Amino acid sequence: MLRWLHKVLALSVIVPLMALVVSGSVLSVMPALDRAGVVSPPADGISVAELAARTAGALPGVEQIKRLPSGKVVAFHAGTDGPAATVVDPSSGEPVSTYAPSAFERWMTNLHRSFFLGDGGRIAAGAAALALLVLTLSGLQMTARRMGGWARLLDRSRGGVMERLHADLGRLATPGLIVSTLTALFLSLTTFGLIPDGRSPPPASPTFPTMAPGGPALPLAEIDALRGIDLSQLRELTFPNPADPTDLFRLTTADGEGCIDPTSGALLAWQDHTLGRQIHEFIYTMHTGRGLWWVGVLLGLSALGVPALGVSGTVLWWRRRRARAPIAANVPARTADTVILVGSEGGSTWGFARTLHAALTAKGHKVHTVAMGRVASSYPAAQRMFLLTATHGDGRAPASAGAFLERLDGIGAPPPFPFAVLGFGDRQFPQFCRFARDVDAALTRRGWTPLLPLETIDRQSPQEFARWGKSLSAVLGEDLVLAHVPERPRTQALTLVERIDYGTEVQAPTCVLRFALPRSSTLARLAGLGWPLFSAGDLLAVVPPGDTLPRYYSLASSTHDGFVEICVRKHPGGLCSGLLHGLRPGDLIEAFVKPNPSFHPAPGRKPVILIGAGTGIGPLAGFIRANRGRRPLHLYFGGRDPESDFLYRREIQGWLDDRRLTSLSTVFSRVSGGGYVQDRLRADAERLRTLIGAGAQVLVCGGREMAAGVKETLDELLVPAGLTPALLKRDGRYLEDVY
Amino acid sequence: MRMKTLLAGLALTTALTVPGLAMARPVTLTTTLKNYGGNGAYLALYVTDASGAYKGTLWVAGPKSKYYSHLSGWDRASRGNVAGINGITGASVGAGRTLKVAVDLADALFDAGYKLHIDVAAEDMRDSPSEVVVPLTAAGAGRPVAGRSYIQTFTYGL
Repeated sequence: MLRWLHKVLALSVIVPLMALVVSGSVLSVMPALDRAGVVSPPADGISVAELAARTAGALPGVEQIKRLPSGKVVAFHAGTDGPAATVVDPSSGEPVSTYAPSAFERWMTNLHRSFFLGDGGRIAAGAAALALLVLTLSGLQMTARRMGGWARLLDRSRGGVMERLHADLGRLATPGLIVSTLTALFLSLTTFGLIPDGRSPPPASPTFPTMAPGGPALPLAEIDALRGIDLSQLRELTFPNPADPTDLFRLTTADGEGCIDPTSGALLAWQDHTLGRQIHEFIYTMHTGRGLWWVGVLLGLSALGVPALGVSGTVLWWRRRRARAPIAANVPARTADTVILVGSEGGSTWGFARTLHAALTAKGHKVHTVAMGRVASSYPAAQRMFLLTATHGDGRAPASAGAFLERLDGIGAPPPFPFAVLGFGDRQFPQFCRFARDVDAALTRRGWTPLLPLETIDRQSPQEFARWGKSLSAVLGEDLVLAHVPERPRTQALTLVERIDYGTEVQAPTCVLRFALPRSSTLARLAGLGWPLFSAGDLLAVVPPGDTLPRYYSLASSTHDGFVEICVRKHPGGLCSGLLHGLRPGDLIEAFVKPNPSFHPAPGRKPVILIGAGTGIGPLAGFIRANRGRRPLHLYFGGRDPESDFLYRREIQGWLDDRRLTSLSTVFSRVSGGGYVQDRLRADAERLRTLIGAGAQVLVCGGREMAAGVKETLDELLVPAGLTPALLKRDGRYLEDVY
Repeated sequence: MRMKTLLAGLALTTALTVPGLAMARPVTLTTTLKNYGGNGAYLALYVTDASGAYKGTLWVAGPKSKYYSHLSGWDRASRGNVAGINGITGASVGAGRTLKVAVDLADALFDAGYKLHIDVAAEDMRDSPSEVVVPLTAAGAGRPVAGRSYIQTFTYGL
């Protein structure tokens, strides 16, 4: 519901909203620009009487003096060529420059508040401000939900680059947008008289006596009513019309307004500003930044986030729309007898959910399928619930499951219907179906009734899925057939341009494969149709011919490098590695990019320790190649024999020479006195402690055993520093890419 | 360009009807604004007698009564009598544009010391009460007068 509201509202108001926020951002810097040319008043203050006298001396025929919110003092007077306005020095009353309000600013203001369309436009602008407020609040609530509750709202955001950009910008802009939109709504309602601005009706203005006493006017400097008021309090002072002997001074200050008899210098009438007017003025200041330039700048910056949010949001919406075809015959949650919750990272679990959905629907069930992260707090008509979920990384919730475990708290008592969890994963990983197990355990602990024990599906096997369907049929007493045909992922062809072979002599045939970068327009890329932007550490998913299951390889290059590079070790009997090792320049493979945001150096200048063995050097080499800012990078590399499998040997020398790489420490296992990378770390204990103590980040890439060894070694040698890899991991300072 | 004819019931006409002189004539009031570089202006056209006392309003340009206090001369003289201007108001007038209003004025108003005033105000700009003050005379008809700040020319034609 919330997501739907956010999406529909955003897509329908995006165009007027852009005009509103861009013009608002431009206007927001005006108060700061206005500060130029302000002549500061004397330090000990100056009374309005003195200012009036000096200005009248310097500019005979002055009719009005205004103090603008910027602090500028402007005198309106008769010029040689009709009426004139002049900025004056408040100390001397001498003219400083001609005052000419900017036509550009007026044009922008009219665009901003009414789209040049009069009252109809003002209503539209007010409605757009309301829409932006709703978007801000609904976005904030969705972010909180995604992060796992309001208490975690400020945690590091998760997901792909676009998702993080959208969430981070949104959180950053939220305070400013709330202030901007609330004040805009207030001003809009004031314009239409729905909230009083404290100026009208007339009782707020003083009742002017119709006749002044008459007689010779006092010198300006002797007018008592003006002598007691400091310039800082002045808003405007209007001089009596010389042609009208009965006319009076009219004075507006920060506190109120009144009129003064020019012959006696006495205040004839005074009216304090009403509370309503003071509130209105405060809100006006908070919206425009006039008189508080830094408020203007902050609000303007927040508003500038909106176009970026609009673009990233539209891209996310479009990608999601493309990625997930709507599920046929999806019944609303409150009437469904069967609920299917889906936890998917790359989208393949949705395919299985769709098959299950269709099979149950064919049997006459009313089925509701939804992402796990969007689980409702109750399903009144449900008789059973299925949870189909993959696992992300080392046991975490996949993207579409979001904060499912945290949201379970909102469900309360166990529901009357039973559940069944089906996990999807890859047995090669030690945390196989870990998240599915966690979900199953959490539900059992909460007293939910199982319909079937937890089952797992290895590597998207349609056979195992069909087998689970048979167990399900038995429990339901229905003849369900789950015939799943996996969808082949959308790939693009890559052409091999170069390969370098290593390690044949040491029984570790490894090659560095470089493919040409497919050309894609920005538009296609944004729409998710072209080859996306990628950086070292992301994954290249290679789909062998006649297969649907992608194999993932860490990318050793970034878009900026202009090629796609991976490091592949040949495994005996490995289908995909064998295929890749058989490639000759000019040959093609089918592949796509899978972002891997959890394995990238954190931005900043802090040193980074890169630890890799064998092909694990691939993404690390990519990080070094991309290190144009010469951030301190320290590489630890382990191989078998420097003469055979020292991957990237030539390039590494070049990177040391041009300081992209600060230091290199190598270790080889098949040479005399050799060892493993852990041994090299232990020998460097003191240095590593110093680096990590100074805030260095550690990135480890390689085989499972090597990663475990490295962790164990660091565990030991960080004891004196009071740190552990686990603690570093929590702060995002210890990242692993393990295979 | 705006035309408005007020045929009967105008406060001014009836207030100043003298037996035997109860004749009224149609008068066209033409006000052309300068390119003063601001948003649309509010105008009030009103009449005072020889002693300067307010007699009545001929036209108010500008839709929102909350801004009428900026037409300060008129606001003061008419005491913000918004009800009294029912039917004689119109849109604000843009910079460089012309406002043309036709009214019926009693013959007795001419050559008798009555003066026609125009107050002008525009957003974020200086208020200009009595921007134009012109005596109502038969001889003055058709003779353009300039205002102090905003009005390029004002003419009343019989």
